[in-house]
Amino acid sequence: MEDLDHNKAPSVIDRYYTRWYKTDIKGKNCEDQCVLQHSNRICVITLAESHPILQNGNTIKSINYQISAGCSRLQNKVSGKSKRGGQFLTELAPLCRITCTEGVEYTIYSCIRGRLLEVNEGILERPELLLEKPSTEGYIAVILPKLEESKTVTNGLLSREEYENILSKRTSSTQQGPKTEPEPC
Amino acid sequence: MMLPLKENDRPIVKKLLEAGCCARCVLRFCFLEVQSAYRQPYEDTAKELLAFINDEETNVTKDSAVQDQLTKDPPSKKIKLDTAKTDVQAEGDSALVPTVTEEGGARLVKSDVCVVCLGVLQEFCDEAYATKISEVVKAENYQFDTMVLSVSLPAQLSVREHSCWLHVKKEVRKKSMLLDKDDVIKVKDAFKWIMQGLVSKELGGVSVVTKINRQTEQFEVGVGFTHPETDSDCHFLAGACSDCFSPTKNKANVFTRMAVAKAIGKVSDEKFLKKFPCPPTRPASKCVAQDVQCLHVSVFVAGRYNKFSRTLPQTPWVIDGERRMESSVEELIAAPLLSSFRAKGFNFSSSGREDVDVRTLGNGRPFALELLNPHRARFNKAEIRQLQETINQSSDKIRVRDLQIVSRDAMGHMKEGEEDKTKSYSALIWTQKAIDKDDITFLEETKELKLAQKTPLRVLHRRPLTVRERVIHTMSTRFLDAHHFHLVLRTQAGTYIKEFVHGDFGRTKPNLCDLLKTDTDILELDVESVDVDWPPPVPE
Ligand SMILES: [Zn+2]
Repeated sequence: MEDLDHNKAPSVIDRYYTRWYKTDIKGKNCEDQCVLQHSNRICVITLAESHPILQNGNTIKSINYQISAGCSRLQNKVSGKSKRGGQFLTELAPLCRITCTEGVEYTIYSCIRGRLLEVNEGILERPELLLEKPSTEGYIAVILPKLEESKTVTNGLLSREEYENILSKRTSSTQQGPKTEPEPC
Repeated sequence: MMLPLKENDRPIVKKLLEAGCCARCVLRFCFLEVQSAYRQPYEDTAKELLAFINDEETNVTKDSAVQDQLTKDPPSKKIKLDTAKTDVQAEGDSALVPTVTEEGGARLVKSDVCVVCLGVLQEFCDEAYATKISEVVKAENYQFDTMVLSVSLPAQLSVREHSCWLHVKKEVRKKSMLLDKDDVIKVKDAFKWIMQGLVSKELGGVSVVTKINRQTEQFEVGVGFTHPETDSDCHFLAGACSDCFSPTKNKANVFTRMAVAKAIGKVSDEKFLKKFPCPPTRPASKCVAQDVQCLHVSVFVAGRYNKFSRTLPQTPWVIDGERRMESSVEELIAAPLLSSFRAKGFNFSSSGREDVDVRTLGNGRPFALELLNPHRARFNKAEIRQLQETINQSSDKIRVRDLQIVSRDAMGHMKEGEEDKTKSYSALIWTQKAIDKDDITFLEETKELKLAQKTPLRVLHRRPLTVRERVIHTMSTRFLDAHHFHLVLRTQAGTYIKEFVHGDFGRTKPNLCDLLKTDTDILELDVESVDVDWPPPVPE
């Protein structure tokens, strides 16, 4: 029999995906996101655990994939093996807007260049998934980088280690009292 | 021998010789179907033809008289042999062409290349070339009973043939109104009539035949000729019949034999004669022979394989041009087969496939291997069993059973069952929450569970994004400890088991996490059976 240790073996994400992060997106404190890149180059966009939405027992009021009057990510359709017809996104293309019960609205961005394959319609019906399982069932979207950019598409992103360093700096700057910029969350 | 020519052939023979046709092409345009006429030495035919037209000048009018004279008094003193036969042979490459001089006298000159066959029937229809072909075949050491000899000719031969036909059409029609261009003996046929016997002799009497698509003709030897000097002969056809030469075809040369023949059929005689010389111009060089190509039809070998390793992919795994994992199921199976069949390559196919980390147990997974250009194709049952043994001893990562030679058609059975048959799996499951035996027994009562599976993220880069409905027919469980149990599933083929267990970001619904209301993950997966009844079992 194999190892039946109760400590779980590496998770699906650990096994097949690399975690990348983008912090303080558009200069907004702690609006951090995570990009899970599969070894086959497909990327799943999620909130990072440090995102304000996931702090302080928030509840979600609404999630809106209609990012402008003329553009809804829900309209995105891809066909065939080559995924024809998918919207092409750049790093700062908005994916959706999430409004919390306090009325604060957050925009979630693509973080990487690539073709939009799908958005998560599951969180429209069950917004609580976003809070309960932010890195799996509460994902935001799936993006396919161009084949020739698959290695470079994460160049501007932070590794898990770099991200953790940033998190610990934020914590220590809170502990050191006097107000400093940027404002910790 | 005596050429069975008739009086009304004489004007045709004369006109063609004047035009620069070789002796054998003359026979073709005389509709001579006697194969032995083509097989006799070229020089003999050339001399006989000269004698035949010189007879006319001695005012022999009756066919019988011509024949008489040719037998009793050949060759007539009017034939001037400018070059002795021995000289010609010393040249090696040159052939004799009967030539009619301006004064009407006929003689043999050397190295005039035929305006129609461009030398194919003059220079490449002898024992020397048969030896050359046979040497290639012998060197490749093929195992075969029957050999098909095929020949590929330059496309412009059709243009020149047509020009020659128009040149003698009037004389032919005088001979018989029933004869048409299609009745002219083909260069290809004349070539084969001569060469099949010669090659057969060189190869110790194997049967050398023309392809008529019978099962027995499995070995083909191809000879080909090109003639760059006259390649431009075809070009006028592009202007005359542009739709025959579509540039969209994925070929470097649009002037294929098929396209050229089609275009000639569409162009009127008047137009043809305006654009192309009649008779054709005399070439300065003969054809160039291409390399002799040998090809044995593929042999198909089928069987079932087990895969016992979780680090062995089914086919070579290459990422960014770099090899991952050192071997693969197909390579382990193919290596002994390639060397025994002495094949040039293979194509592997199977009824579905498993992931690199999945084992395939039970009776195994049906597979078939197409062995390309095998030099040996016949194996008896004992030899195949020995091959299976060799494969099985080469590695403990796989095991093969029911190995057998099958027909190409039989391969279809393997793919038939792929979509609608059931497959059985066994999975080792981890649960986040602690469970006891009773928490999982309800799975056994869950029958015909319908799943909606979005294309898994792990294959989405190469497959279209869709939602597929799949059915899990039954499940059974074996409790191991508070966080682990074995799950045996019988499912519709094409169900993604890993995604059913971990949920794939909620993209498979429902998934095992939903059913058990806790995160679950799959630690190991085995295919227990692939229910495809092909290939048939081979009794031990
Ligand atoms: Zn000829």
